[in-house]
Amino acid sequence: MPRWQPVIGLEIHVQLSTESKIFSGASTAFGAEPNSQACAVDLGLPGVLPVLNERAVALAIRFGLAIGASIAERSVFARKNYFYPDLPKGYQISQYAEPIVNHGRLCLTLPSGEEKEIRILRAHLEEDAGKSVHDLFPGQSGIDLNRAGTPLLEVVTEPDLSSAAEAVQYMRTLHTLVRFIGICDGNMQEGSFRCDANVSVKPADSPTLGTRAEIKNLNSFRFVERAINHEIERQIELLESGGKVVQETRLYDPDRDETRSMRSKEDAHDYRYFPDPDLLPIVISADEIAAARAALPELPQQREARYLREFGLNREEAEALSSELPVAEYFEALAAQCGDARQAANWVSGEVFAALNRDALPFSEIRVSSGRLAGLLTRIQDQTVSNSMAKQVFEAMWQGPEDADAIIEARGLRQVTDSGEIEALVDAVISENPDQVAQFRAGKDKVFGFFVGQVMKRSKGKANPQTVNDLVVSKLKT
Amino acid sequence: MLEEAQVQTLARLARIAVEPAELPVLAAQLSRILTLVEAMEAVDTSGVEPLAHPLEPVPRRRPDTVTEIDQREQFAAIAPAMAEGHYLVPRVIE
Amino acid sequence: MSRQDYPSTVAGLSAGLARGEFSSRELVAHCLARIRRQDAALNSFIMVIEDRAFAAADAADARRRAGEAGPLTGIPYANKDIFCTKGVRTTCASRMLDNFIAPYDATVVSRLAEAGMVMVGKTNMDEFAMGSSNETSYYGPCRNPWGVTRVPGGSSGGSASAVAARLVPFATGTDTGGSIRLPAAYCGISGLKPTYGRVSRYGMVAFASSLDQAGPMALTAEDLALTLNAMCGVDARDGTSADVPAEDFSRSLAEPLTGLRIGLPREFFDASLSPAIAAPLQAAIRVLEQLGARCMEVSLPTTRHAIPAYYIIASAECSSNLSRYDGVRFGHRCEAPRDLNDLYTRSRAEGFGAEVKRRILMGTYALSTGYYDAYYAKAQQLRRLIRDDFIRVFNEVDVILGPTAPTTAFGVGQKTADPVEMYLSDIYTTAVNLAGLPGLSVPAGFVDGLPVGLQMIGRHFDEATLLKVANRFQLETDWHQHAPTLKD
Repeated sequence: MPRWQPVIGLEIHVQLSTESKIFSGASTAFGAEPNSQACAVDLGLPGVLPVLNERAVALAIRFGLAIGASIAERSVFARKNYFYPDLPKGYQISQYAEPIVNHGRLCLTLPSGEEKEIRILRAHLEEDAGKSVHDLFPGQSGIDLNRAGTPLLEVVTEPDLSSAAEAVQYMRTLHTLVRFIGICDGNMQEGSFRCDANVSVKPADSPTLGTRAEIKNLNSFRFVERAINHEIERQIELLESGGKVVQETRLYDPDRDETRSMRSKEDAHDYRYFPDPDLLPIVISADEIAAARAALPELPQQREARYLREFGLNREEAEALSSELPVAEYFEALAAQCGDARQAANWVSGEVFAALNRDALPFSEIRVSSGRLAGLLTRIQDQTVSNSMAKQVFEAMWQGPEDADAIIEARGLRQVTDSGEIEALVDAVISENPDQVAQFRAGKDKVFGFFVGQVMKRSKGKANPQTVNDLVVSKLKT
Repeated sequence: MLEEAQVQTLARLARIAVEPAELPVLAAQLSRILTLVEAMEAVDTSGVEPLAHPLEPVPRRRPDTVTEIDQREQFAAIAPAMAEGHYLVPRVIE
Repeated sequence: MSRQDYPSTVAGLSAGLARGEFSSRELVAHCLARIRRQDAALNSFIMVIEDRAFAAADAADARRRAGEAGPLTGIPYANKDIFCTKGVRTTCASRMLDNFIAPYDATVVSRLAEAGMVMVGKTNMDEFAMGSSNETSYYGPCRNPWGVTRVPGGSSGGSASAVAARLVPFATGTDTGGSIRLPAAYCGISGLKPTYGRVSRYGMVAFASSLDQAGPMALTAEDLALTLNAMCGVDARDGTSADVPAEDFSRSLAEPLTGLRIGLPREFFDASLSPAIAAPLQAAIRVLEQLGARCMEVSLPTTRHAIPAYYIIASAECSSNLSRYDGVRFGHRCEAPRDLNDLYTRSRAEGFGAEVKRRILMGTYALSTGYYDAYYAKAQQLRRLIRDDFIRVFNEVDVILGPTAPTTAFGVGQKTADPVEMYLSDIYTTAVNLAGLPGLSVPAGFVDGLPVGLQMIGRHFDEATLLKVANRFQLETDWHQHAPTLKD
């Protein structure tokens, strides 16, 4: 039993997939020229007003339903007041006392196979700030406000995580979920999914939480794990040498792999939150929630469980096929069309993934529709082609528009099942290889494969392997 | 009543430079305004829900479409200090 | 052609233009000449825009020749310098925005332009609309045409002064705690603060967002109705603008007042009301009764807390609304800032005047940790009580009537030393903003040669009734026709 118990809570900023900003009609596209996507509202020019983007609300509701949370009938935007160059209005519009999503949960499957439920305290809508550039102008910082006003959903957990590994797992599970339900593109390099961690340690048997530090700027799974572990060690060392943890904000520096205190933020803050008088409260009707609920797809974890239960897949396959909605939909369509989920799973996680990987394509650009692939799998089932021939057919389908039957016909890949034809090949192989026949008959079973291989080779792979097997057995044993 | 030190704190929060000589005047004026305002204390408002907005909420949202065109040139024309498309401020130390 | 006997009202000018008695260009030239002659004494304009005005007048004349003129086409007017005007400076009477040119028009400005109105200039005001006397302007105080040693009232003092002096027939104003009604009363003109949400706030520099409302200032209720028709309406760029059916406020102006119930709040007519102000009000009440209205005493007990609640809420909202003036993206920036904090604190200290700073500090205090509940939350609770008081009274009456201001226009410099005394000028007006109701002030007489205002308060979105009562009153009285004598 370790003497110190880490207690971790995460705040994850999920950038919502909208075309325009949360309070203005400016584009949210990434990578534009500096300030070319900052309109008068984003710049906080005098007299302009925020108007709420309906899609940001819809996506927040969808998320709330996906984590089994309650959706607030009425939620309120507040102003968080502070001065910073990347914050044009001198306040950030965020939800404070009355967020849109309250009390949800996310279930993790720990490496031990055990399940752990992480409570999500709240998720609230807010606007992102701009970006400061410090190395472009001597003695000055440059401000780019393209990102200002980008819609974020800040997802806040209870302090339910007890190790860096668990924190990462929570983050991965959330990352999968938000992409699956289509509310976030999950692109961490572009800042679409960012994490702040609240870390404290306490004696394992103490019911009281220790003083926490908030670590900001955790933009990859690897950094989260390293930064939290580093912070846990720092706090334990501090406490064991008789020191005290100070409540503060620390910044993770990935280059040095350390966290350091953000002195600029230590300035006693008083954010003076109050309801934003430019924005009326968000009112969400029961109908709106019901419609969102009806439109919510079956979620990755439920799907994974169903794949295990109904299709008899193993956990790894089930996870691979259920973590992205287009993959899951493709797989399920294929399974239904070919009538064999097992076979469908093998093909999707085998040939399909391999081809996408090889060509570096996203799933959305898959070259063989589930209907076309089902046509091929049916031909395997009715023994028109062997499994190995089918891989050649699949490759041809990937490169062109023809369906499986056309390729099989055109290239003469139809499997030979006529036992007379195969028998002649078997006889020929047996008569040409007397040494191997003698070995087999002396009890060296391994030689069996040699005969099968030779027959298949002579048939150019088209012979039905089962028929070949049967005939080789019967001929050798007589 | 507001002390000069409190006024100084408020001025720092509001990012307004105040000369030491102005502090006593400001403290006196703000204190006088507070006397007027503190008449509110006499009213019993227990159980009254604060009203942030005069009218009942009429929820209005806009469709998620890009309606703004790039007006960087016009915005740059009114900016006090800009270079290479960036607004400039004295170096911010993190 | 030159003539000096142009009609003074919007309605009169509209008829003259329609009959072809004069062109918009001639009318605009006449206005500009009057401004040149009279405004040095009044300082009601921060800027006059001749070139654009003539171009707009010519466009209006062309539109009329094409048979596409509306009732307001070609009529000159002035905008309070709080409304953003594309390509023309918008200063809010502040050094902070002395150099600011908005890249967009306020919705009010673009709607009036669509109606064909011709903007001739931008009027003086209290800095960021914070004041009751127009003395906090960076461009110097505006004067009252009824006596240039008197204030015109604020914050829309320039608009009121310009209309009263017959420099323009109509001007826009904004009213956060009385800023249309008080100067209308002091200058002897008519002014309407519409229901919160009736007129879009887009492009109107914000003072206190939950209280600010734009409205028309003119000589008559008829003109208020005509111009409100053009100003109002839901706006996709203002999420707080109200989506109510459009109506023609001119249509019901002439309806009789028979059976109309008028409430006289005991608290507005108690011993604290000066007898000099009470006398013309009593006379006005008799006129309305002769027109068929029934007057009855009502009570609005919580309105006596309106001033404290108003000053907390308005200051709190302004402290946040004015944070955007930081010297980074637009507006005043101090010379050679040493560091970021110096840039902020010096730009803001130099850019804002004393009253604006006081309100920002007061609002910062009211929202800060440990004081929020005692000040801001308490004020919002009072706000609910005040609104509920009005709603209760409006179950019994159709209109509430009282004074607009406790005194007539006071002397320039008389109340600048004590902010609290200045704040008390708004004692009858702020409750209306807290409750979001429409309020209208019309001239109802004179005391010692200075105009007295009569305030009418209506139900939410019932401007039509206020305009009808004011119009019927003006058909029976001539207070609105009295013009100040100005030295040439």
